[in-house]
Amino acid sequence: MEINLLAGSSPHLKSGESTQKIMRDVIIALLPAAISSVYFFKVKAAMLIIVTVIACVTAEYAWCRITKKENTISDMSAAVTGILLAFNLSPSVPIWVAAIGGVFAIIIVKQLFGGLGHNFVNPALAARAFMMASWPVQMTAWQKPGWDAVSSATPLGIIKNGGGISGQMPEFWDMFLGNIGGTIGETSALAILAGAAYLVIRKVITLELPIAFIGTVGFMTWMLGGEAMFTGDFVYHIFAGGLMLGAFFMATDYTTSPVTFKGRIIMGIGCGLLTSVIRLYGGYPEGVSYSILLMNLVVPMIDRFLIPRSFGGGAVKNA
Amino acid sequence: MIKAIKSFRGGIKPGHHKVTAELETVKMPLPSKVVIPMLQHIGAPCMPLVKKGDRVLVGQKIGDSEQMIAAPVHSSVSGTVTDVRPVLYSTGVEVMAVEIKPDGLQEVHESVAPPVYTDKEGLLRSIRESGLVGLGGAGFPTCVKLSPPPGKVLDVLVINGAECEPYITSDYREMMENPEGIVEGTKRVMEITGVAKAFIAIEENKPLAIESISSLIKDGDNIEVVSLATRYPQGGEKQLIYTVTGRRVPVGKLPADVGVLAQNVATVAFIANYLKTGMPLIKKKVTIDGGAAANPMNVEVLIGTPLKEVFEFCGGFCEEPRKIIMGGPMMGVAQYSLDNSVLKQTNALLAFNENQAVETKESVCIRCGKCVAACPMSLMPLYINANVMRGNFEETMKYHVNDCMECGCCSYVCPASRHLVQSMRQAKAELRKLAARKQGGKN
Repeated sequence: MEINLLAGSSPHLKSGESTQKIMRDVIIALLPAAISSVYFFKVKAAMLIIVTVIACVTAEYAWCRITKKENTISDMSAAVTGILLAFNLSPSVPIWVAAIGGVFAIIIVKQLFGGLGHNFVNPALAARAFMMASWPVQMTAWQKPGWDAVSSATPLGIIKNGGGISGQMPEFWDMFLGNIGGTIGETSALAILAGAAYLVIRKVITLELPIAFIGTVGFMTWMLGGEAMFTGDFVYHIFAGGLMLGAFFMATDYTTSPVTFKGRIIMGIGCGLLTSVIRLYGGYPEGVSYSILLMNLVVPMIDRFLIPRSFGGGAVKNA
Repeated sequence: MIKAIKSFRGGIKPGHHKVTAELETVKMPLPSKVVIPMLQHIGAPCMPLVKKGDRVLVGQKIGDSEQMIAAPVHSSVSGTVTDVRPVLYSTGVEVMAVEIKPDGLQEVHESVAPPVYTDKEGLLRSIRESGLVGLGGAGFPTCVKLSPPPGKVLDVLVINGAECEPYITSDYREMMENPEGIVEGTKRVMEITGVAKAFIAIEENKPLAIESISSLIKDGDNIEVVSLATRYPQGGEKQLIYTVTGRRVPVGKLPADVGVLAQNVATVAFIANYLKTGMPLIKKKVTIDGGAAANPMNVEVLIGTPLKEVFEFCGGFCEEPRKIIMGGPMMGVAQYSLDNSVLKQTNALLAFNENQAVETKESVCIRCGKCVAACPMSLMPLYINANVMRGNFEETMKYHVNDCMECGCCSYVCPASRHLVQSMRQAKAELRKLAARKQGGKN
């Protein structure tokens, strides 16, 4: 009896988890926000999502063909980048601008730095920053939800311009459900929380980073956001703008966030501080995406300085 | 019965696959030959004491070493030595082995008699003579463990009945079929080491075993049954000691450094039997399972029996086996040939079919951090892997690669199917080489 046996290093058992399955879960988790974006911003939102996904996936495919690398579109990470990029765009952004953003995210930010797992900043956010610098008018032309392109300010924009004047600020429930101006994917806190809950249940993300991020923004805006200390309207700061989307879906991006619990807390607090400072004292009404991009840059350092002590390490002096 | 006081960090919850749990152990008849290697323990290999043509008897010592850390080897059959030759272990080392053709008489050697001793040293010597090694899988000579270095005082004994690896149920069968032996062995080890308190620790997914052992413990025995959370690697020595006693074994140190002695249930049960009969370690309870095994079961096998004959006795294969694992699926060693023998520390033989054996293709690390969360030793497997891939072996020391116990949790959870444990092993081997080179340069 001659049998051809496989040898190999232990373990001989696998959980069956794969990159593709994780990315599929992320896409499922993004669906509620996608549906709400189409509900509020109608066909404009649907077009933006479709165009950015096609641009990202096509760019990834073309890159793999040109560089003669294995085709990686089946890991679905390019599609995730596409959806996230669309979510970060105002409904008034022209289709061709969105398409260029998608190509930039995949080719310049992701592939030129080594592809999946090697990009040091979040591709969708870096592309958004690039688009903000290149087409600032189109990128910040906000609209009211609905079929007609009625221009409107975002809640944070209202606050920035000395707002808070009664009648201008949207109701809390409109903000929670997403019936406000903003990027197409960020407006509905409800949809984002539903998706985030799915990611937590599926163990794709852990909560320490989003909680540290949102908690820091809440605390800082409560402390410093009002006329006097500790009178700021932190509820508005938490539910308005891109904080929910950023905290649960952008900051938790595996490649550009720390791998340890402590590291993720530090990243969350750092993002929260930067967001609060930009919102309260900076030139822009919103700071979530820049704060995440800035913290992305220090992730390698966070991981290097936070190498954990081994179990049993340092507990007893070595004789 | 008490609950574990602590919970170790990390770990995984793989499926149990313990389908053989309630199957009573079946004794396998004499094989056509036995091939008994001279190294079935951690330590120095033994030298063969017999030569081709010699007649040997059951329990006769056929190999021994003068080194401290070693355990003698005995014949499991009576018969004629047909060969003494080197064999290749699946770990890649070549060791001498004695091949014996049984005569079917199973005549017992005259040396097999209840050991007589007058003091502790004598008792330890006879335990050494029994050839006993840790039966949990690692195979460290038991007598060495029972005699801690001077200055180290043991005060707690932890008996390991966790059996946290999937598939394996041989320890569970020992707990169900021989609970008296385990309790008695625990008492003997307490006497030998002067330890006043013992815990018999069992994962809570084995309620019948917890019950069968608890029912034998009387007040005043100073033995406590501890139920453990069902999580891998609950039976890892350092994890077990921490959950049961709350003591952390420092890195690079032994359990004795925190006053603890840990022994496997099968090991103490053997000690109880040996002190009564004097029969050295010549047989093992082994779980046979895996998708390609026709009849998953527990068998009592003579040490040295070729794997092929064990599987044949268990009904052979129901489909073509693609991987044969000695031990559990998490830490067991894949065998290159079915001609290899059952060893002292063999507790399971798994025949994996095509589906179970073929590995998924490695893809790039997405830095998900699941390996970091799963590591019971608090390491960062992804960075060790990345440094090994670049050939930066010295850099892996910053990531404490030498503290890795190769439990396999990181590779198990990795969505990119990266060969994390393999790269840890490679890093450790390269670091050993580097250290040796530096040592050589100095002298």
